[in-house]
Amino acid sequence: MTITQAPPQAPMRFPRLAQPFIALFLAVLAELGIAFFVLNVVAVPLIAVWVGIPLLLVFVPCVRWFANCHRTLFGAISGTEIPRPYKKPPLPGVLMWLRTTLTDPATWRDIAWLLANAVVGFVLTLVSAVLFFTTAFYLIYPLLVGVTPHGVFDEPFGGLITLNFWQSFGMVPLGLVAFGLWYAVGERLLKADAVLGRSLLGPTESAKLAIRVRELSESRAETVDTQAAELRRIERDLHDGAQARLAALSMNLGMAEEMVSRDPAQAAALLTEARESASTALSELRDLVRGIHPPVLADRGLEGAVKALALTCPFKVDVTIELPGRPPAPVESAAYFAVAEALANIVKHSAATTAWIQITHESERLHILVGDDGVGGATVRPGGGLHGIERRLNAFDGTLTVASPTGGPTTVIMELPCESSSLKITPSSGTA
Amino acid sequence: MRVVIAEDHALLRDGLIRLLEAHDFQVVEAVDNGPRLVPALVEHRPDVAVVDVRLPPTFTDEGLKAAIEARRQVPNLPILVLSQYVEQLYARELLTGGGGAVGYLLKDRVSNVADFLDSVRRVAGGGTAMDPDVIGQLLARNTRDEPISRLTPRESEVLGLMAEGRSNAAIAAALFVTEKAVSKHTNNIFAKLDLPPSEDDNRRVMAVLTYLSSR
Repeated sequence: MTITQAPPQAPMRFPRLAQPFIALFLAVLAELGIAFFVLNVVAVPLIAVWVGIPLLLVFVPCVRWFANCHRTLFGAISGTEIPRPYKKPPLPGVLMWLRTTLTDPATWRDIAWLLANAVVGFVLTLVSAVLFFTTAFYLIYPLLVGVTPHGVFDEPFGGLITLNFWQSFGMVPLGLVAFGLWYAVGERLLKADAVLGRSLLGPTESAKLAIRVRELSESRAETVDTQAAELRRIERDLHDGAQARLAALSMNLGMAEEMVSRDPAQAAALLTEARESASTALSELRDLVRGIHPPVLADRGLEGAVKALALTCPFKVDVTIELPGRPPAPVESAAYFAVAEALANIVKHSAATTAWIQITHESERLHILVGDDGVGGATVRPGGGLHGIERRLNAFDGTLTVASPTGGPTTVIMELPCESSSLKITPSSGTA
Repeated sequence: MRVVIAEDHALLRDGLIRLLEAHDFQVVEAVDNGPRLVPALVEHRPDVAVVDVRLPPTFTDEGLKAAIEARRQVPNLPILVLSQYVEQLYARELLTGGGGAVGYLLKDRVSNVADFLDSVRRVAGGGTAMDPDVIGQLLARNTRDEPISRLTPRESEVLGLMAEGRSNAAIAAALFVTEKAVSKHTNNIFAKLDLPPSEDDNRRVMAVLTYLSSR
């Protein structure tokens, strides 16, 4: 199975015959947009006399909704999504919102687009639609002449000439010409309209950066939260577990020491108890260490660790790993825990009889696929296992996609950025 | 009995030496790093070696690799590998090649002195000593296996102890039953798992481990 990048030229999502109607619809919307344009242009100066504020509170969300609908439509026409570039107010409150909105270039670009759309966009979409409807019109022209009374359709070109039914067949080739034109440029005109929309509705370079910064600070906050929670868990585990047991152990040993000459039998019993609590403390520490950084990952890297993981599953797991070297430790650890969690999910929910794991490195990314032949229907739910993986991967700019139709099979696709230059080439950990 | 020890923690190394020498073992060399281990094993050809998995300089699985390498040079050299944690992957690597005379135990097991010494002697005698944790994982993995689910709870218990490498006598003692009863159970197990019956303890263990890990 090969993994390919998304093709650069995405196809139009609407079938050809739907395009003229979409174009017509867009042309109508373009003219309706004038109303939004005017309302906004009127409202802004009115801020000076306060009336503008409530007006903007209504109009701006309307424009944004209108623009968002177009973003979706244009996205479908050009095949690539148009992200929403709006800034979020840093604090709640009407004035803060107003301030953010008025200083947000996206607000003004929306308004500029309303105007451009009403002029250029309107022409583009209208021509695209009209070419099609002209085709239809001339192809059935003789019929129209035949069934309508004199003076309705039989005097084309503003009454310059008058045609009878038979002569009207002479107009049919015009329909073919229009069809040729529509077939050649209809879709392009629609795409040109989408390009115009994208250029004004899409985020600017700085807005893209702002969006990126927002994403990063969100994922960073989440990472910090997760790590803090993890540290708390470790602290609690140590405090309630190993630490408490060691305290009991040293108490038992002290008592045994005191008792050894007086009551050797009792001392022996205490020593047995001490040994048991030492064993339990060790096993708790072992589990804790496994949760922090599994020793086999340190020993054998991702390949060995994932194979070891596969061995502990109650069903057959096929592991294919093709990596040119060892990824950096944090990436390796994130990938390992993601696979571990995905496998745990399969064990818990899928009722699978076989599973497979594939890890490859391609175009500067680590691709991890975990599949099973279980019941399917897996989704990313807040608090669920897959959500946990997603959060873990987010910290590294990684992504998680789940394909799990009801009835199965399920494939979890995870990607982690990992530069080839960061891969450590280690001497093969080959063993006999 | 001559022993080579490999353990990097001074405290644990001294403890092991003290423990083994107190029970009539003679420690011929105690090494504290990986590179020195293979030559020591090949040179002394001890009756048994007790080796820690994690050793300097890399602190990864040096001990395991040295053990496998030494056994390649000196076939069936008895080695008991100790580790802070157990991995089935490592158990499988140790067992590859067959032949027995290997052990893989959690370090904690040393604290149960009698059991530990029994394991060392078993490995020295060409037997096997697998940690109950490894066997537990193996059995847990096979719960969906049809022949295994046909075993009675008692038979599963016997299977587990057998896989650890214990003899019929030891299993009988552990379960407080007669040796005859154990042998009846083992016959049933072999029949249910469709394995060729064998009176030889070592071959029996190998058959069971191969069966469990092949799934």
